[in-house]
Amino acid sequence: MTTATNPVAESATSSDVPLIEARSLTKYFGNVIAIQDISLEVRAGEVVCLLGDNGAGKSTLIKTLSGVHPPDSGEIVLSGESVHLASPRDALHRGIATVYQDLAMCPLMSVSRNFFLGNEPTKGWGPFKRFDNEAADRIALEEMHRMGIDLRNTSQAVGTLSGGERQSVAIARAVHFGAKVVILDEPTSALGVKEAAIVLRYIVAAQARGLGVILITHNVNHAYPVGERFVILDRGQQIGTFEKEELPREELLKLMGGGAELDKLSHELEEYAAEVEQKGLGNSDVGTPVS
Amino acid sequence: MSEAKRQDERVRTRNPLQAALSRPSAGAIIATIIAFLVFTWPLWECVGDAQACTANGFLTPRGISNWLEVAAQVGILAAAVTLLMIGGEFDLSVGSMIGAAGMVLALSIAEFGLDPWMAALVAFGFALVIGALNGWLVTRTGLPSFIVTLGMLFLLRGATIGITRLLTDRTQVGGLREFTDGDMFVQFFAGDLIIGDFSISASVFWWVLVTVVAWWVLTRTTFGNWIFGTGGNATAARNVGVPVRGVKISLFMATAASAALLACIQVFTVASADVLRGEQKELEAIAASVIGGTLLTGGYGSPIGAFFGALMLGMTKVGIPLASIPAEWYFAVLGIVLLVGVLLSNWVRRRGTGVRS
Repeated sequence: MTTATNPVAESATSSDVPLIEARSLTKYFGNVIAIQDISLEVRAGEVVCLLGDNGAGKSTLIKTLSGVHPPDSGEIVLSGESVHLASPRDALHRGIATVYQDLAMCPLMSVSRNFFLGNEPTKGWGPFKRFDNEAADRIALEEMHRMGIDLRNTSQAVGTLSGGERQSVAIARAVHFGAKVVILDEPTSALGVKEAAIVLRYIVAAQARGLGVILITHNVNHAYPVGERFVILDRGQQIGTFEKEELPREELLKLMGGGAELDKLSHELEEYAAEVEQKGLGNSDVGTPVS
Repeated sequence: MSEAKRQDERVRTRNPLQAALSRPSAGAIIATIIAFLVFTWPLWECVGDAQACTANGFLTPRGISNWLEVAAQVGILAAAVTLLMIGGEFDLSVGSMIGAAGMVLALSIAEFGLDPWMAALVAFGFALVIGALNGWLVTRTGLPSFIVTLGMLFLLRGATIGITRLLTDRTQVGGLREFTDGDMFVQFFAGDLIIGDFSISASVFWWVLVTVVAWWVLTRTTFGNWIFGTGGNATAARNVGVPVRGVKISLFMATAASAALLACIQVFTVASADVLRGEQKELEAIAASVIGGTLLTGGYGSPIGAFFGALMLGMTKVGIPLASIPAEWYFAVLGIVLLVGVLLSNWVRRRGTGVRS
């Protein structure tokens, strides 16, 4: 496996042809219509957000795009060429990397071993061909720095990283191995506010490097700052695709239905917390300590 | 790059002792030192008096050769078992495999008149096939390997006894001496290296060799990274293209082969085979691995740790009767050592790696 991979940069300028395009994808599971007639396209340097409540078909759509499920009808077009994705491995080879929320890492392995799992750099030949530890450490650290991830030490176990850092290792790995399109499955859902902000920053960094990003989320607050286009799904149907200009945040919240309520609730809670802090009513185990 | 690392204020510099403790083998090395001190304890007062030092026999050339050999028998298995456990699976059938492979070897020589080297080849081939079958069953059915190999443990033992009885009317095959005497090949398994007063059996060299190979494969090769990945998070490993099933099947074959190696050593050394050979060896090997810091849940462990785990078990097994404790206490001591060892390595791992749950 080659280690110097960055075919992304040059294609960043020719953003007319979408890197990935879904045309009228439909997928059934038995008599259940999981997704019907979904279309979207992602160009280089674009972040497309896939929004929808639980059961809207987000997961099915990304599994179809990442080669897990073959679509029952419709087609997937990569850089203008209609393809059949045989497996996740096949999709990966064609430059579509999917970062799943919690299935990406082995907690007790070091960052660099995780980074190169399945694509190990080697040195030597024949029976002396071996895992190149130094190269793995060096490249992993470099790659993380290029993504703006300030890693402490690549020999530490991934389990010692916070959730946001783990996500970012997975993103950096996908980029390093030549991904042109990165699909992120709910990268921020299990994270705190600060952690989520870190991950969102990496998404912008990936975008700046000319990648296409598909961000799956049900949190409008996370989607809106980074997304340029929003594809909204509900019960397997595509409600619509909106450019950011034509869609104010409030509108998006309304379209999200359940998401809006959750968001409203979170605002209420935030206000409540602020109120408590202001009045000094907070008992010691609620909220952040005030200095 | 190391400059940048050093300047990062978030990295705590750990003292060398703490760094050493973060290795998975740390617990086993400590346990080995403790065992050594315990069994040589009555001898400390004898410093300067060579006669008294050898009083109970633990530190005599013979005593040392003795516990090294006992350790080697467990250690050969433990190295392979450790890799399998890091890969996230168990093999309980190695104990029966020792008896079965030994019997295949002995019968091939005594009943079918094969040359010793050819018979050894047959025994290894047999073990590899059973190992592959174990792996295939585990990866195909998705059943826990504990159950699959427990079944294989009984099946192999029963079949070995049954078939041996059918062929020879007995449960032992002896008198191999006339076939193996003077055979150079046999010396690789049964020979002793004499250095001064020490007579080191071939098994000790095999033990070291197998451990070094296991360590090399695990930490220095691509396959080793796959083993960690397979045991650490099989789904993640599969997603990035690691042939998880292939890795597991290879590891099951490796444990079976280690049992066949031990069978060859035993059969050639005593020139006979017994259907009951290797009973409980599978548990001792797992104990050595676990004392050596290997996690039962996979993804973490060390063949070096298993080496010391086996060394400690060997010392304990030989040291107990020498210290005038009845030998039947061995298992009780083993149990205590296992529990303490696991607690110790758990604690060490949490302190050392700092992995958040």
